[in-house]
Amino acid sequence: MSATLDFVAPTPADVKPTAASGRVPDRRFVVSAGDVQLACKAWGSPDRPTVVLVHGYPDNSEVWHAVATDLASDFHVVAYDVRGAGDSTTPKGTQAYRLERLSLDFEAVINQVSPHAPVHLVAHDWGSIQSWESVSDARLKGRIASFTSCAGPCLDHVGHWMRARIGRPSLASLQATLAQMVRSWYIYFFHLPLLPSLMWRLGLAKAWPAVLRRMERITVAPSVTQTRDGVNGVALYRASFLRRLLWPQARVAHAPVQTLVTLYDNYVSPRLSDDLGRWVPLHWRREVRGGHWLPLKNPTLMAAMVREFVQFTEGGLDTQGQRPDGRPMPGNLRRTLLKGPRLPFSGQVAVVTGAGSGIGRCAALALADQGAHVVAVDINPDSAARTAELVKLIGRDAVAERVDVGSAEQMQALADRVLRDWGGADIVVNNAGIGMAGGMLQTDIPAWQRIIAINLWSVIYGARFFGQQMVAHGRGGHMVNTASAAAFSPSRSMPAYATTKAAVLMLSESLRGEFAQHHIGVSAVCPGFAETGIMAATEHVGVSADVQAAKRAKATKLYKMRGLQPETVAKAMVRAIRNNQPQVMVGLEAHGARFTWRVLPWLSRRIARVEMV
Amino acid sequence: MINTSVVRQIGTDELAQFRAVQQLAYRCVEAVAAELRPGMTEKDAAARMLDWLRAHGVNDWLHKPFAWFGDRTAFQGFSGLSHMAGFSLNFFPGSRRLEENMPFILDVAPVLNGALADVGFAGVIGHNPTLDRLQDDLMAHRELIVDLVQRRHTLADVARAVDALCLRQGVEPRHKAYPFKVLAHRVAKLDNPATPRSVARFGLNSTLNLMAQSRAGKKEGWSPLWNTSEKSDHAPTPGLWAVEPHLGFRGVGAKFEELLVITETDAFWLDDDLPHVRRWQARQAGHTVVPPQPELQAA
Repeated sequence: MSATLDFVAPTPADVKPTAASGRVPDRRFVVSAGDVQLACKAWGSPDRPTVVLVHGYPDNSEVWHAVATDLASDFHVVAYDVRGAGDSTTPKGTQAYRLERLSLDFEAVINQVSPHAPVHLVAHDWGSIQSWESVSDARLKGRIASFTSCAGPCLDHVGHWMRARIGRPSLASLQATLAQMVRSWYIYFFHLPLLPSLMWRLGLAKAWPAVLRRMERITVAPSVTQTRDGVNGVALYRASFLRRLLWPQARVAHAPVQTLVTLYDNYVSPRLSDDLGRWVPLHWRREVRGGHWLPLKNPTLMAAMVREFVQFTEGGLDTQGQRPDGRPMPGNLRRTLLKGPRLPFSGQVAVVTGAGSGIGRCAALALADQGAHVVAVDINPDSAARTAELVKLIGRDAVAERVDVGSAEQMQALADRVLRDWGGADIVVNNAGIGMAGGMLQTDIPAWQRIIAINLWSVIYGARFFGQQMVAHGRGGHMVNTASAAAFSPSRSMPAYATTKAAVLMLSESLRGEFAQHHIGVSAVCPGFAETGIMAATEHVGVSADVQAAKRAKATKLYKMRGLQPETVAKAMVRAIRNNQPQVMVGLEAHGARFTWRVLPWLSRRIARVEMV
Repeated sequence: MINTSVVRQIGTDELAQFRAVQQLAYRCVEAVAAELRPGMTEKDAAARMLDWLRAHGVNDWLHKPFAWFGDRTAFQGFSGLSHMAGFSLNFFPGSRRLEENMPFILDVAPVLNGALADVGFAGVIGHNPTLDRLQDDLMAHRELIVDLVQRRHTLADVARAVDALCLRQGVEPRHKAYPFKVLAHRVAKLDNPATPRSVARFGLNSTLNLMAQSRAGKKEGWSPLWNTSEKSDHAPTPGLWAVEPHLGFRGVGAKFEELLVITETDAFWLDDDLPHVRRWQARQAGHTVVPPQPELQAA
């Protein structure tokens, strides 16, 4: 597998996953940890870096078989049954399940399987909750090379998270808190006496595969230890939950952490990881469009994400998250390294064409304000570089690309570079365009070819090359195409420009229909007379240079009087992406043009006869 | 070097006097900037500048010292009242406290023996990459302004070229927030100044002088307030101009302000031995600026 394209498309919901698949372990052994005997299994050569997998509740280490099999080709993979679950023995009393005890179990395992080299820790659900204890405890500093946390936050962090939101209440923060509290219904239930274990014994254990099938669309084979996995694990909640949530400690991770955030998780809200920057100096936050049981639902994807992270962090990182040997960060990690608080477009990369000036530059900056990294594309390398520099001042990563958007080869090469360096685009703004004025009879064929290449073919290239890439990486995303109010304004004065923009509009609407199933939104933004550089560069065909200069000056002046700022258009683009709007009119004249064209087409046709420029 | 006969109202000895006041003003802002510590307020900084200059013999002002901290350096959220030509109480020193890595601007305009200077100084306690960028960008404006004036473009065209350069640089021209949206204002020697008085931090003598210039300019077709409006669409007016380009980006602002000498045929900065110029010379080795490419339309 290449180091860059590790993001495999998630399994569509209607395809049966291969949850029960996976190879039987190469070795089984038992580790003694104080009051319990832990059942361990291992795959792959012990000479390779060690990856330790910790399962959640109400699972046992079988949940890892498929992931472990996948990883075994590159690593020494170890999984163990947590105390009380699977084939491990059961300790006495609830207090035996405290997080401190669980962390000692982990230490006993790594002392046996990798006494000299630090291990890579991968954990899911309760396994992840308990692993935060190990990752933030000074005792194990230097023993953990990396931590991949899936759907299991640190309870202390959650305690601080709730304090922050309840302490400074706002509608949004209370909503987030409430949403998580609703998702945690089962936790309150687990604090009731007798009832939870009775439920497991009276049939939930037997019905568990059916529950997973119904709720999560996962097919698993029934587990012989399901009853004790369910019953004993209740003690996990009772031993630690309230204590840690109500009296949270400051827990800072001493290892690089990758969180795999399951967006459609019924139990853990993605918002819980919003504040992690406070506690995790090196934090990669990777979103997965899927439910809670990622190791079962999409083991290939999870293994790929683990592999990439382990291979990059093996050998240690500096404080900036770079390898001492200078090997560059793989694109998926470069994109998802999160510095500071999480923002709406954090971990996403936006490709903006025509980013050197006007609407494109403002869009690049507005997207960066919302957390996105930016690939600033322009035919003018200096202005693209300047935009990239401004994005960096906002605190995001950025590169400048000199590309002729009208060239298929250059656009394909651009898409390839974005895939290689960033793991693919999440947001594409097909914005580059030129203006052209003059009637059909004045506009010669080369002029037509020029404007169609820059205004229309560029959008086709962008949609095709980046569309293929976005469908393949499976993260979904958004495409914004800059059309214009001219798309609704027939005019004898600018047939070429209006035609290309009308085409962009129809292309956008069609794409929207096609891409919806891939979670890729498409918006067409139709600005009115925005004050950008386009008027000062509009080609007035069939007139002398002097006349063209005069016309340009006049149009620029009129646009200045109108005063529609490119920042306004950029804000509309951000809104269009966040709300997945199909068409966005910017400016009264744009709304007016669309209204007239739709309701009073005769009026549009009258206006079309008037010489405008 | 200087063709004194064409410097209307100002002779060589007077230029030296203006240069001395400007040096004094810059020494003041540098001294106070060095004393600034996290936790100090804008009012603290303004008071220190006032004390420093009074201790050095200044008792009259074009305006008393101003200090802006944090996003106030970019005049973020300042709502100038258009019917008052952009005057706003927001400009006055407030209770904003300085923090580490927070940009600040100090601005003083002392009058000494009738000569006056108006200077602005941007800095930071710690490090601010945006401020660094803006201070580098300002130097492109410094080159552009003097170049275009030397080539006798109208002052409004120069101001428009500054706006166009801001657009290319991707920064906001925040001098537009100043009263009358001025890029610069003309200063002249105050003859026989009356007892120093000030209204709302602005010195009466200097303000009256500016109004007198404005009246004279109206008759002769020029304006002492240099901005992009049609009133500035005239050839460069000889004299001394306090030029103050002020750039902003995402809550960070930076400016310099210094005297430009315009003669009938030429223009030059009164003094190159100033902190922002020295800073630039020190940085120039490893850095490049967006080169000024004036795109002036043929009038």
